[in-house]
Amino acid sequence: MSRDTGSNQSVTAETHGQDANSGGNSSQLEHAIRLERLTRYFGAKPVVKDLDFNVLSGKVTALLGLNGAGKTTTIRILMGLLSPTRGRAITLGEDADQMPLQTRARIGYAVEGHFLYPSMRVSQCQDFQRAGYKRWNEHLFQDIVRHFAIDPSAKISTLSRGQRAGVSLALVLAPDPELLVLDDPALGLDPVSRRALNETLIEFAGHGQRTVLLSSHLLDDVERIADRVAVMVGGKLKVDTSLDEFTSRVTLYSARCDGEPPSTISSIPGLIELRRLGQHLHMAIADVDQETQAALERLALPELEQTETTFSQAVMAFLTRERGDASFFSRPIHAYASNSDSDSSGDTV
Amino acid sequence: MLRIQITTGNKVPIYQQVVDQVRASIASGGLEIGSPLPSVRALATELVVNPNTVAKAYAQLVRDGVLESQQGRGYFVAKRREIYTKAERNRRLDEALQPLVAEALVLGFDKDELLQAIEKHFRRLVK
Repeated sequence: MSRDTGSNQSVTAETHGQDANSGGNSSQLEHAIRLERLTRYFGAKPVVKDLDFNVLSGKVTALLGLNGAGKTTTIRILMGLLSPTRGRAITLGEDADQMPLQTRARIGYAVEGHFLYPSMRVSQCQDFQRAGYKRWNEHLFQDIVRHFAIDPSAKISTLSRGQRAGVSLALVLAPDPELLVLDDPALGLDPVSRRALNETLIEFAGHGQRTVLLSSHLLDDVERIADRVAVMVGGKLKVDTSLDEFTSRVTLYSARCDGEPPSTISSIPGLIELRRLGQHLHMAIADVDQETQAALERLALPELEQTETTFSQAVMAFLTRERGDASFFSRPIHAYASNSDSDSSGDTV
Repeated sequence: MLRIQITTGNKVPIYQQVVDQVRASIASGGLEIGSPLPSVRALATELVVNPNTVAKAYAQLVRDGVLESQQGRGYFVAKRREIYTKAERNRRLDEALQPLVAEALVLGFDKDELLQAIEKHFRRLVK
């Protein structure tokens, strides 16, 4: 829970060295995925911009961000489904843009709305899919299918959305992948299917040495499942740290403010969100230190109060970032550059 | 019996909720000295939380002397009295009592009312 940034940086440096030396042997890779200065344009628009992001092996990492933040583009690039404009993605030690088939077979990948032939029966889906894999855990497939209350002889077309998600998940997990990549797996699922999904992911992660990267908008689920959180804003990585540490590093402040907030308020070090609600200012500040406290004292805000934050409040602070006035829907992004981003990228739980 | 309920969106991190509730289960006699705890994986699945979160909570409970881990056999409720010296137990009790008494004074309770309240809670936990 403490932020010993000094030692974190040295951990990051060491792990980079190991990766470079360990070649293609994924079981020893410190990072299942490495993104180096990854950039992707669609037309003139950069959707992912100079993204440096390493996904630690053996952990569940949640990739968070608003729609359009670049999560899906990032995932498609690291799966080798899309070429980067610049930079590169190394997945299980291989350049994702030229991923060999045998490496692809070690990765489980599921997207919302995964295509399944409507006229096939669930058991036929399994037979169809397993032909492409050397390893196939039939028991696991059946366990997951049962967990989602699916009749293996049912036709896909008769299944609910949640049950189809269950079939997709079973198909993706049965080959016993080392790396599981899920793009918004809970989208549109009812609470019971979501719980089954979460339970299945926890079972999978509990085997150890398995790496999970999932994008999600469901912060309560992420809080339960993830070891680490990465937050993307506007194609850039703004947070990459352990979940508990992330929460403990964001502090909420409120203060009374009758007129306009002082213009110097945006200079508070670490300020990530500022908004006005009635006669109060609400601020979220990352990595509060002496400098931050001195800046707050200089502003002499009346009725200044400090509270701890919950995980979802901390995420929301990064995602909304309203500043200055009461316009809740404008999102000028110019605060909180990156002083904690690089510091936090290497720490472990 | 071990009873744990996890809530998300809480200011208390999930691992701390596990720590607090294991401690409460022991304090209330629900978990007796020497009794086994579920494995990390079993509890993680049961609570639908990341296994590393449960492992972190168990590690903290072992550090605090609440649980002991026996190689290959799992986690058990430790014999608390062997863990802390008399002085350390006194220190911990003082640490817990000081804010309690301060709060009671602020709220305007007198000594007898406070003692009665403590007795009520004592009876609730110790049958």
